[in-house]
Amino acid sequence: MMKTHPQYAIVVALAMLAGAAAAQSPADPFERVNRAVFGFNDALDNAVLTPVAKGYQAVVPELVRTGVTNFFGNFGDGWSAINQLLQGKGEAAATMTMRVAANTLFGIGGLFDVASDLGMERQSEDFGQTLGRWGMPAGPYIVWPLLGPSTARDTLGRPLDLAWSPSLAINDGGVNVGLAALNLIDTRASLLSASRVVEGIALDKYTFIRDAYIARRRNLVYDGNPPELPDDNEPAPPSPAPAATPK
Amino acid sequence: MLSLKRTLAGLVMSVAAATAMAQTTPDALIKQVSTEVIDTIKADKAIQAGDLGKIIALVDAKVMPHVNFQRMTASSVGRHWRTATPEQQKKLQDEFKTLLVRTYAGALTQVKDQTVQLKPMRAAAEDTEVVVRTEVKGKGEPIQLDYRLEKANADWKIYDVNVLGVWLVEQYKGQFAQDISANGIDGLITKLAERNRGAAKS
Repeated sequence: MMKTHPQYAIVVALAMLAGAAAAQSPADPFERVNRAVFGFNDALDNAVLTPVAKGYQAVVPELVRTGVTNFFGNFGDGWSAINQLLQGKGEAAATMTMRVAANTLFGIGGLFDVASDLGMERQSEDFGQTLGRWGMPAGPYIVWPLLGPSTARDTLGRPLDLAWSPSLAINDGGVNVGLAALNLIDTRASLLSASRVVEGIALDKYTFIRDAYIARRRNLVYDGNPPELPDDNEPAPPSPAPAATPK
Repeated sequence: MLSLKRTLAGLVMSVAAATAMAQTTPDALIKQVSTEVIDTIKADKAIQAGDLGKIIALVDAKVMPHVNFQRMTASSVGRHWRTATPEQQKKLQDEFKTLLVRTYAGALTQVKDQTVQLKPMRAAAEDTEVVVRTEVKGKGEPIQLDYRLEKANADWKIYDVNVLGVWLVEQYKGQFAQDISANGIDGLITKLAERNRGAAKS
């Protein structure tokens, strides 16, 4: 049947070795660059942002921190409502609009989250999710300096997400820079326990965060119920009973 | 007050579910286990303060009996599982369990005023594998927490967990494959053991 060509065997073996060594994810063609940027971000985070966030958490009383989180959350809710509208989710958009109205009026400009107590739950949506909903594929994984994990699609959505900030309403550069910094520190502080968890469970922090980011974003685009991915190499997890997944 | 009432109602319901129904449904099981764990934490100051030993004991007593951990590990290791010796398989399970329980324990110290709500489940009576979807509600946006369960004899066992849209087995498949392809099964065992020792120190 087949003639043996030792040179082919060597080529195939080498190719397999290379493949195994790189073990590259098809979603991450820029892994080398991404890893370098990830390392930079991580070092910066350890050196600056984490200590500042810890200090913030230690010094600022919880009530005030909650107020800060609520204030920026209320602002973000407006953007979520717009994105829900863009995705054709009229009911969710209406609820989020009510949320913003309730929190702005009765929660003193968004410092208190009275809407949650009234049963109006936050459902965040950003423009990357909207693009996904419209059918745009996620594209390759990209780690941006300072901004962190993203994909091609989320990179397109990000500038609009960032533009939607209190600076739309406030016409003072200094105040806006201060608010942006406060938002960043407050967000980082709220993630301190999450990042401790990642340190504990990840065998390789880079791929752990990458795979989780991609899965999470996909999950968000499908509102918590994504279709099963085709399984490549694995007999084990039999897909859950189709009847169990709504829709 | 309201949340206390709700907790009590949940407790009564779960006790009723546990005793009245000999044949537990998968969603009732998840509800029962979640409620037990949350109530235990709320009642125990030492756990809230981060007493790891106590949390691990809690997880071992309340959660692990309802988990098919061998399947969870085997699926995460993937096709290499069959080539591993029984000793390697046992070590993998032990180290993986330690890793997850430690992490889970860390997350549990954050539990304050959360409640777990089940989403409506659609499954036929004869199904032997189902997905139970829940939401952890507390401050801020609800946290998605889903479970895959299989029916083993009369009992339901958890074999995969989804936190915020990330399935645990899928996530670890990527992590494990990296180490297995670089250093084999033993390499992975060493890596897990190292990680657990490091976590024990900090």
